[in-house]
Amino acid sequence: MTNVLVLPLLVPLLTAVVLIFFRESLVIQRLLSVLAAAGSAAAGIYLLLRVQSEGIVRLDFGGWEPPYGILFVGDSFALLLVSAASVVTALILIFAFSTIGERFEKMYVYPLMLFLLAGVNGSFLTGDIFNLFVCFEVMLLASYALLVLGGRKVQLQEAFTYVTINVLASWFFLLGIAYLYGAAGTLNMAHLAVRVADSGHDPILTVISLIFLIVFSLKAGLLLYFWLPGSYSAPPAAVAALFGALLTKVGIYAMIRLFTLVFTGAPGLTGSIIAVMAGLTLIGGSIGALSSRDIRQIISYNVVIAVGFILVGLAAGNEAALSGSIYYVLHDMVVKAMLFLAGGLMITLTGKTKIGEMSGLLRNYPALGWLFFAAMLSLTGIPPFSGFIGKVLLGEGLIGAEMYVLLTLAFASSLFVLYSLLRIFLNCFMGESIIGPEEQTPLRKRTLLPVAILGVLTLAIGIGADWLAPFVNDAAAGLADPNVYIEAVLGSGGTADR
Amino acid sequence: MKINDVILQTVTKIVVFIILTFGVELFISGHHDPGGGFSGGLVLASALLLLYMTYDIETVHKGIPFDFKKIAGLGVFLAIAGSMVPMLFNEMFLTQKKGEFQLPIFGATELSMELLFEAGVALTVVGVVVTILLTISEDVN
Repeated sequence: MTNVLVLPLLVPLLTAVVLIFFRESLVIQRLLSVLAAAGSAAAGIYLLLRVQSEGIVRLDFGGWEPPYGILFVGDSFALLLVSAASVVTALILIFAFSTIGERFEKMYVYPLMLFLLAGVNGSFLTGDIFNLFVCFEVMLLASYALLVLGGRKVQLQEAFTYVTINVLASWFFLLGIAYLYGAAGTLNMAHLAVRVADSGHDPILTVISLIFLIVFSLKAGLLLYFWLPGSYSAPPAAVAALFGALLTKVGIYAMIRLFTLVFTGAPGLTGSIIAVMAGLTLIGGSIGALSSRDIRQIISYNVVIAVGFILVGLAAGNEAALSGSIYYVLHDMVVKAMLFLAGGLMITLTGKTKIGEMSGLLRNYPALGWLFFAAMLSLTGIPPFSGFIGKVLLGEGLIGAEMYVLLTLAFASSLFVLYSLLRIFLNCFMGESIIGPEEQTPLRKRTLLPVAILGVLTLAIGIGADWLAPFVNDAAAGLADPNVYIEAVLGSGGTADR
Repeated sequence: MKINDVILQTVTKIVVFIILTFGVELFISGHHDPGGGFSGGLVLASALLLLYMTYDIETVHKGIPFDFKKIAGLGVFLAIAGSMVPMLFNEMFLTQKKGEFQLPIFGATELSMELLFEAGVALTVVGVVVTILLTISEDVN
């Protein structure tokens, strides 16, 4: 038992509520919001270190023991994601301070971002599937508000699709939970794992698992990603970066958690469905990234490609592939935030959104150009950046699982990522400069600082992969052997009385 | 065209108090019986809704000069902060304690920590419902 486990949810939530009372005071808003995100990151990292020596920690709310109460479970996988999400949010907040504008700041943009972080962290930590639904909703409600904030026509248009799709998906989620409760009689994830394994993988449970697959595919953008590129390119850069870095990752997390812990029994069926979906996502995302000319669209399609890439690891399902996926999720959070911020800066600095409309920006903003270049290398998987290690491990895992088609698709998609981003770099940063040094919009250092820090982070994850390895290996081992998680929640005797 | 709503106004003046009392009753009985912060809060909000419909927004606002967004915020704050109190005593988050207290008018009363949480829920419900209704009515104008 440790109350620290609830802090990554509680600190952003409480701060967001307090900030509602300080609507007019921008200094307090900025200071408290960045402190809250940093505090939640600190709690995440502290727990991550503690889990290495003590094993999985859990907190039973109100002292109600599992499987009866709701609980938070902190294992390495969840805590790695909590730490990364909080750090990225803190940096995006710093970026927002100098770019988002006073009108947004007075419309509760920081409290909403913190609500979103609270929902994301709660989803990572919870050990109860209904609580997962609630945390999803907290996150989604905040994202609805963030998407329409500003009220431009395109935002409202995209919000309509986004809200409809997500309400529908949430309804299916609720339906799936009801079916699952009817079939297994519990909502605690560890208890569910035991019951599902005991039932000898009843076909009805396989059907229910397919409902969850559809739900999380909609949320993560696995194959069902048609809503994603539009809605991620509508809001301002800071909000889009938050969406691109965090939202799909929660769907990915839920899918990995559920299909490694609870629905492990029918890998022949769900495993191959996920494999096909991931493959198609890689193809569709690549086509999208190559065919659009709008910078924001290209970057959004890169999110889709990453989703496919990460879930290829789940389809393979062995430990090497899973640790590759974990590395890649962490890497992708950092580098997608960086890419969205850099792309957003290009658009705000020039006032243009399409590839052919800008040129020679490298002369005007050299630092921004090279940061974009670094993000591109990292996404392609060039060492020493962070994309490399994840891709290597995933490749190993796929060879181990003898999935050569997926292997080809996954690595071919890296080339398309490289090509789509190189097209932006060559067209927009290289070439003749159209804006003279006098007439260019100045780029302030503190706007660029968070992007630079994200750049340093992606380099650090790449170089410090050895240092990160014990955490990732522990997380992957926990995913590969669900009994560790089950015992931590129900106790070693808990599995006896089923 | 001005509608004659003398009957509505007169009835509202009395009925609002009945609704408010019922809301409080629901809120307090919630610990052991059906009711609680959510349903109590909804009933309280419906009394306010009746006021807003009978009189206009400005008149009611003169009598109840609160920003309902802040009331909702206060409610969430109360619920979270109340649940955090056990953490100070090294108990698990959301742990509830109760005790018997001698109160002046009510006599021996059982009071539970949960009251704080439920009060937070009630305030949030009132704040959110009224904010939604006011936002919609602003749109029409």
